[in-house]
Amino acid sequence: MTGDAAQRSSTRGRSTLIRNVRPYGEDPTDLHVADGRLVDHLDDPDETVDADGLIALPGLVDLHTHLREPGGEEAETIATGSAAAALGGYTAVFAMPNTDPTQDSPVVVEHVWRRGREVGLVDVHPVGAVTVGLGGERLAEMGMMAASAAGVRVFSDDGRCVNDPLVMRRALEYARSLDAVVAQHAEDHRLTVGAQAHEGPVAARLGLTGWPATAEESIVARDAMLAAAAGARLHVCHLSTAGSVEVLRWARASLGARAGDGAERSSTQRRGFVLSAEVTPHHLLLTDTAAEDYDPVHKVNPPLRPEADTRALRRALAEGVVDCVATDHAPHAVEAKDCEWSNARPGMLGLQTALSVVGATMVEGGLLDWRGVARVCSEAPARIAGLPDQGRPIAPGEPANLVLVDPAARWTVRGAGLASIADNTPYEGMELPVSVVHTMLRGRWTVRDGKVGQ
Amino acid sequence: MSAPHDDGQGPDGSPIGLRHLLSTEHLRRDQADALLATAANMEQALTGRAVRKLPTLRGRTVVTLFYENSTRTRVSFEVAGKWMSADTINVSASGSSVGKGESLRDTAATLAAAGADAIVVRHPASGAPHRIAGWLDEVGHSHTDGHVAVVNAGDGTHEHPTQALLDAATLRRRLGPDLDGRRVAIVGDVLHSRVARSNAHLLATLGAEVTLVSPPTLLPPGVEAWPVSITHDLDAHLATGPDAVMMLRVQAERMHGAFFPSAREYAVRFGLSQRRADTLPDHTVVLHPGPAVRGMEIASSVADSDRAAIAEQVTAGVHVRMAVLYHLLAGEDVA
Repeated sequence: MTGDAAQRSSTRGRSTLIRNVRPYGEDPTDLHVADGRLVDHLDDPDETVDADGLIALPGLVDLHTHLREPGGEEAETIATGSAAAALGGYTAVFAMPNTDPTQDSPVVVEHVWRRGREVGLVDVHPVGAVTVGLGGERLAEMGMMAASAAGVRVFSDDGRCVNDPLVMRRALEYARSLDAVVAQHAEDHRLTVGAQAHEGPVAARLGLTGWPATAEESIVARDAMLAAAAGARLHVCHLSTAGSVEVLRWARASLGARAGDGAERSSTQRRGFVLSAEVTPHHLLLTDTAAEDYDPVHKVNPPLRPEADTRALRRALAEGVVDCVATDHAPHAVEAKDCEWSNARPGMLGLQTALSVVGATMVEGGLLDWRGVARVCSEAPARIAGLPDQGRPIAPGEPANLVLVDPAARWTVRGAGLASIADNTPYEGMELPVSVVHTMLRGRWTVRDGKVGQ
Repeated sequence: MSAPHDDGQGPDGSPIGLRHLLSTEHLRRDQADALLATAANMEQALTGRAVRKLPTLRGRTVVTLFYENSTRTRVSFEVAGKWMSADTINVSASGSSVGKGESLRDTAATLAAAGADAIVVRHPASGAPHRIAGWLDEVGHSHTDGHVAVVNAGDGTHEHPTQALLDAATLRRRLGPDLDGRRVAIVGDVLHSRVARSNAHLLATLGAEVTLVSPPTLLPPGVEAWPVSITHDLDAHLATGPDAVMMLRVQAERMHGAFFPSAREYAVRFGLSQRRADTLPDHTVVLHPGPAVRGMEIASSVADSDRAAIAEQVTAGVHVRMAVLYHLLAGEDVA
């Protein structure tokens, strides 16, 4: 996954001085970049960037992105999705396998990986399917995907739950031998037949079939037990309920899991068992009442939950019970959204708004400082996925993967102005804090002054 | 996109401030009273006439757009329009480009561009009429001063506001014009019923006390927030002597979804048998939105008895729909 020779050579000899930047929001300092790495000092930099007032964070890492290519190019391509990622401050994204054809074979994952390299705006790591065609029945060729040039280390049937407990058990056991993590879309499909919105008063009033919290929580509990027994690495995608947070606490304390950051959380660690979880920006900020106008731009799976859940998720993220933020960036063509609620596809854009939503909910809410943001948006996801060159400290010798953000900025979200082909942002017209000013991938600017390119 | 409002006083709305009729949940008391008063006036105006035709909506076009089969609701709207001299046009999923996969938005825009003043929509997706109203309000249409009225004729498991209005009209004929404090039981499959939702809201707005009587599996989780009481015991509730009992239809497919054990057990526990009907006070009215499954949710002898108002409901349906089209399209208050 690392050591992209082509890109390294393009940065050879290039040096940058970033003046007066505040790493993690702390005291201003100068950062020196040469040959794709942070260095102690530069005598004669090729360029100097004045970063007065800007905060430097390690480049963001998104464990959960839908880039739609191949097969869904009317909504997003690897090129447009990579641009959206870079503009959102990301230096690595994990592309979910629900493409057409599915990313369930070495050929398809290598294609996605190669396209990502050609575009060169962000490291695109394809996620491999757990089962063939996301069908939930036969294991996909996980070992061959792991051994391919794409070096797949994250497997998921995202969009579908690996519902069959036997298949999930085998997947966890098999992934262990590949040093890979299984990322589960936790939804018991038997409990969500026809589900359209969070099961509760809002859905009852709107006549939308409910998606009960228990459909998620029961799978999280089951999978934690299976992963503990297998000594495997389990990652829970888009955790959405307060109950799931409690299940995570219980699993860490009682089943002896390590958290995604590897920290000891229990005196009875079980060998190999690692349990991690992500939360999406939209589940931190938006609530189920958004469905009241029946505009499917707010339709997403798992659905938006009541405010009490958003509060529990924010607290869990601050406390480290939930390890990281992942966007579940899900572009959809206009026809898939400009229709009846129940006929619309679930999902919303997220890459370019994620850091701002984290700023609004966690930083302005006093729950996280900027070191905390670096942890949940970069360091933890890199560690969960086993990326050695991302989510690293801002220190000499480390890869120069950086995002420089303006914490004082405010901007108004316009779907038409985002880099994605699709414009299904749920934040249309909303004013959000924090803007991404510059993004650097291995010493090369992927975004300068809020624009793609050098 | 801004949400369409059915309670906003728009410049081109009727004097009671109704631009669309999308739900009863957002219908105000004064609006409901005005609609019901107009319905009663319509009934009077037509009584004894040899030719049942009022000139009120001459030159206006009402399109019924039905994505589900429904003879009674469609006919009721069509008759309502024709009795007020509107041109009525019926579009159904099987007889138009709907079957070829045209989007709902395009279909609605086409009907509006072709000159519809009102679109009466029935659709299997909850909220479909809201979407149409929002799209049409966004665009505007010059031939109707920028406004095409949308009437919800039943959307998914959300609402069926004209059914609730006709039920209220029927209850007012039977029980007197003031429904304040009247006690109404709604019995059966509330979970899948748009009729139950619309009635629960409208009856509460009109001051009645509503009790839902259902097995827990046929109540939507979150129903506690509705302005109603809830019980699972039909006999105990009937013993309290409600003023009206509204029986909901149980669809055959529910019997296969583990919602209840069997049709027989449902009939035994939640059917309105003759024995149960005999325990009710003399004045208690029995309503059914139809079509009824006789022998399951309601005994034939009860459906055909004097306390049943099933035929009156159908008649009231025409008057109520005349009132709705009148307030949306004519823009004058006759109440």
